[in-house]
Amino acid sequence: MIEIKHLTKDFGSLRAVDDVTFNVRRGEVLGFLGPNGAGKSTTMKMLTGFLAPTSGTASIAGHDIENDGMAAKKKLGYLPEGAPAYSDMTPAAFLEFIADIRGLTGDKKKARIAEVVRLVHLEAVLHQSIDTLSKGFKRRVGLAQAILHDPEVLVLDEPTDGLDPNQKHEVRALIRSMAPNKAIVLSTHILEEVEAVCTRAIIIARGKLLFDGTPQELLSRGPLDEVFRNITSTPSRAAVS
Amino acid sequence: MKNVWTLARRELSGYFATPVAYVFLFFYLVFMGVMPFALGGFYEREQADLVPFFQFHPWLYLFLIPAVSMRLWAEERKSGTVELLMTLPVTLWQMVLGKFLAAWFFTGLALVLTFPMVITVNFLGKPDNGVILASYIGSFLLAGGYLAVGSLFSASTKNQVIAFVLTFVVGLLFVLAGHPFVLDWVTGTVPAAVTDAVRSFSFLTQMNTISGGVIDVRALTYFGSLIVACLIGSGIVLDMKKAA
Repeated sequence: MIEIKHLTKDFGSLRAVDDVTFNVRRGEVLGFLGPNGAGKSTTMKMLTGFLAPTSGTASIAGHDIENDGMAAKKKLGYLPEGAPAYSDMTPAAFLEFIADIRGLTGDKKKARIAEVVRLVHLEAVLHQSIDTLSKGFKRRVGLAQAILHDPEVLVLDEPTDGLDPNQKHEVRALIRSMAPNKAIVLSTHILEEVEAVCTRAIIIARGKLLFDGTPQELLSRGPLDEVFRNITSTPSRAAVS
Repeated sequence: MKNVWTLARRELSGYFATPVAYVFLFFYLVFMGVMPFALGGFYEREQADLVPFFQFHPWLYLFLIPAVSMRLWAEERKSGTVELLMTLPVTLWQMVLGKFLAAWFFTGLALVLTFPMVITVNFLGKPDNGVILASYIGSFLLAGGYLAVGSLFSASTKNQVIAFVLTFVVGLLFVLAGHPFVLDWVTGTVPAAVTDAVRSFSFLTQMNTISGGVIDVRALTYFGSLIVACLIGSGIVLDMKKAA
């Protein structure tokens, strides 16, 4: 469902993403791991068509994001870094706007909005302007927006950042429940999250893909944080399975 | 087209969800109401027309319009919502057009709210209402031209102050190009054809033609092509930022 081939991004002389290639199939939840500034968000921005790659291609459900962007974006739900939303709107108005753009109408629209509001628990703040919401609620508004049209491909940049432990647990359960019918990529720097929700893990550092395998493979190498440190701190020991 | 409408509606609701719209409308109407009387000699002229009213529009728009246009893109970029917008299934042109139309509609609304001027002048005498209507259309086109310039600069930066200042300066150039101050200076130094070209590029010249009661093809072409060119420019700038 997601195909990334030799994706590279230069910002001036800095190579933020360096020849990254991977695929995600339906039913997979791919955890995107890496230290801050590793290139996780940049890769996601290219995959979702916000940034144009310096070289390489990305496609969603068979549609190239650069050449066939509209078709690709229709199949995509995206939670950008920091969960941006129009702060002067209420979650209700914001979701209405997204539903209109997504082409949802009438009863279908009402039903989908009600459904996502229930899934991410927005009932209490539905008519309160977004800039007055806590970080956790803002994140959930972003998540609601991403899953509103029940997309086949879901790209989530740090979906549980700013949530309390209970909310984290709920969002992870939500992601797991959606997993069978979608291809999901999520970035995180919480290592336990990979174990909890992901069927596959990728580690990138300094723009390079250093590990691609199951969470079990990662765990079998020892304590997760130690393995992570080993992989991301020694550029020469690329371990791609 | 449906997407353009959805985007325009969202943009417009953003104006009214914050004090922006009300503060703008308040000062717009205060300036528009005070200028003809304080500086335009509305009563002293003893003529039933709105020339003292419309002659200030190019000057008032200089700082009122950038206040609307500066937020078009700069705010989206600053708050990060531009990333959300650009990954939704809408084309760049739908976004550029939707935002522009929202801003244009908003300034149109402000313009319509100056209707007491029309009532006043009709109460005091017998003005040529055809000329007044033409002047309103001219002022609306002028606002569109300014807004398109503003859209271009707002797309270029995430700083609203920079967007405001650049739009103001370029707007000033467009206005001054038709001012005697500039024309007198140009006339002496370059061929007459150049003087004419400079003059015809000015907001003032175009507004004056229309205020005479004639909406001619040249004025429509002028504002039309200025708007189209600046909106295409906005799109190109936004597309370049994507590759940056």
